[in-house]
Amino acid sequence: MGPGTFQTIRAQDMSERTIDRVAAATPTPVARKIKGLSDRAIAWIFVGPTIFLLLAINIFPLIWTIRLSFTNYKANRVNREPEWIGLRNYERILTDSDIWLNMQATAHFLIWTIILQVLIGFTLAWLINKKFKGNDLWTTIIVLPMMLSPAVVGNFWKFLYQPQIGLFNYIVGFFTGRDPSSFEMLGQVNLAPWSIVIVDTWMWTPFVMLICLAGLRSIPDYIYEAAEIDRASKLRQFFTITVPMVLPFLMLAVLFRGIENFKMFDLVVQLTGGGPGSTTELTSINLKREAFEKWRTGYASAYAIILFVTVFGLASIYVKALNKVKER
Amino acid sequence: MSYTKLATASAIALAASGVVTSAQAENLTLCWAAWDPANALVELSKEFEAQSGHTMNFEFVPWPNFADRMLNELNSGGKLCDLLIGDSQWIGGGAENGHYVKLNDFFDAEGISMDDFAPATVYAYSTWPKGTPNYYALPAMGDANGWFYRKDWFARDDIRAAFKDATGRELAEPKTQKEMLEIAQFFQGREIDGKTVYGAAIFTERGSEGITMGVTSALYPWGFKYENTPGSYDMEGAVNSPEAVEALEFYKEFYETATPPGYTNSYMGESLDAFKSGQVAMAMNWFAFFPGLYADPNTGGDKIDFFVNPPQNQAGSTLGGQGISVVAYSDKQDAALEYIKWFAQPDVQAKWWALGGYSAHNSVLQDPGFVDSQPFAGDFLVAMDGVQDFWQEPAYAELLLAMQKRIHDYVVADQGTAKEALDKLIEDWTEVFEDEGKL
Repeated sequence: MGPGTFQTIRAQDMSERTIDRVAAATPTPVARKIKGLSDRAIAWIFVGPTIFLLLAINIFPLIWTIRLSFTNYKANRVNREPEWIGLRNYERILTDSDIWLNMQATAHFLIWTIILQVLIGFTLAWLINKKFKGNDLWTTIIVLPMMLSPAVVGNFWKFLYQPQIGLFNYIVGFFTGRDPSSFEMLGQVNLAPWSIVIVDTWMWTPFVMLICLAGLRSIPDYIYEAAEIDRASKLRQFFTITVPMVLPFLMLAVLFRGIENFKMFDLVVQLTGGGPGSTTELTSINLKREAFEKWRTGYASAYAIILFVTVFGLASIYVKALNKVKER
Repeated sequence: MSYTKLATASAIALAASGVVTSAQAENLTLCWAAWDPANALVELSKEFEAQSGHTMNFEFVPWPNFADRMLNELNSGGKLCDLLIGDSQWIGGGAENGHYVKLNDFFDAEGISMDDFAPATVYAYSTWPKGTPNYYALPAMGDANGWFYRKDWFARDDIRAAFKDATGRELAEPKTQKEMLEIAQFFQGREIDGKTVYGAAIFTERGSEGITMGVTSALYPWGFKYENTPGSYDMEGAVNSPEAVEALEFYKEFYETATPPGYTNSYMGESLDAFKSGQVAMAMNWFAFFPGLYADPNTGGDKIDFFVNPPQNQAGSTLGGQGISVVAYSDKQDAALEYIKWFAQPDVQAKWWALGGYSAHNSVLQDPGFVDSQPFAGDFLVAMDGVQDFWQEPAYAELLLAMQKRIHDYVVADQGTAKEALDKLIEDWTEVFEDEGKL
């Protein structure tokens, strides 16, 4: 349709609705097709691009990784044809005692950070939930660490842990009478795993506190009032009202922190680089070394799949437990 | 002239100028580590820019990330770098994976002879397979791991007397590894001018290559070999020989008894900091840093002196340094080769040394005035005569990380024995070479 024709149409009937003109101009078979679209088809049109992106960005790489995990492919050896080696990578990983040490280091980090963060986070939330002057200011101060970059926190704590000039060693020395330079938080095998637990707890306890605080504030006052009328003690109120009602929130916080800390990388790399020796070499650090420093792509793919299945399996079990708690 | 004709003429002129520009002047990017010699190279390259009309850009990456960043770039076929001054150990991978341009034809055409460069540097930085006349780089920066110490402390009468009382000998530059440890232990925890000082700063870094570069400075003087027969990959009895075990135990003792507290993950930067802050009497580091150390207003000048990594059973220094290569993925290879041709000239090499770079050109090294040109120049020549390098295999990163782990586990984390650490290292390396199809 040329501009002249369009002007002619507009001149002929300005009052006619545009949609009618477009409908009239559309060939009949096409119009019938569009009119005949089902709700499901329209939904697919809207959801389709998202699903396509999901497949391209998540699912395809996952399938590709699974495929690579059965080969000896190395991404830095493009001239070498990868060979199909079956389950050899999986067998190697699961029988490698060093990998199990990495798993143990990860488990130590995961379990202790969660225990400490839940205990301290819940306690802080419980205290902050009390009405007192400066409540908001304290909340802001407490959440500051989680707003910092892990790289900054890592470097900052590295200085604090410095045996000769570090504040941490000085404070410990002050209270225990030990020479501050007589122990090395980041350099001693027995202390290094705890040093990373302390830093992660310092950084992420506020997150757990905020979730617990949301849980505490969601408990209606009338429940406590009813308990008061029934002459329930404060301790009983705490264990029969507060804890059960905050539990789903707490479990959610544990889920978030568990998943995050299972793949912890940046903070620990900044602090210890996985050392001393391999004492704090968490699985994610080891995986990165295998994949992008040693370039054992096939091996690292198998490693990643094992970790993925582990996290996915544990998270699924946990979510089921969480749902049961919520249903109570 | 009508507007149409004018526009046409302008367009042709513009297009022509564009063609001329792209043929004559390129924007070249040279990639290297971020350290003192890199700054000297920027200064030196201004002359190349003036002569050639090309513009030089520089991508300098801090050492701890240098290998990661650059090997990723090469492995992905990236075009960031036209020229790369890559570590000596990368030469095998660079050649076999097609990252570096083979330079033989270019050298022949331009009359650049590898005989003009120190043989150790040609062998280490340029050839693959090792020692064959297949060149993938021009020796750019000779380097080795050496030592420096507080000359002013060594000269003090009270300290000298105390040392003689303690050891029965004069305090002087160590002639053996064991003498060096004895000196370091003497200074460990000593009060000097009201400040507690420590023996020496050595390499203990876990993440990249630090502890391997440090420990090989003890292993080589004890006679460590990677293979019983070069090229055979038969490591049993070589890597875990009694001499290697003794050297590793020595390094651990050095770490435990003669380094500052908290020195568990330290490399070049930490060594320089420890020395410049007056914390240690001695420190190991690459010769590349020596010009900067000598120029330091607080601990340089007449307060510092240098020595070659001391021998024990034999002379031996850990090789550093790099060759300059043309990246195969570059679209500007002609201009990049032009840079190498310019850089290989004897007068440019002389300026390179004068600015703080370590030339490997014979015309510089064999100049009668070279030894006296800097207080560390003579030591550099001695060191380069006894250098040994790590594996330069295409799988060098796997080999290196295995050694980093085993050595750090033993030396810093105090796990197992030296023999066990070296036995495990052989297992790791055997697995790598099996994967490579070489065993």
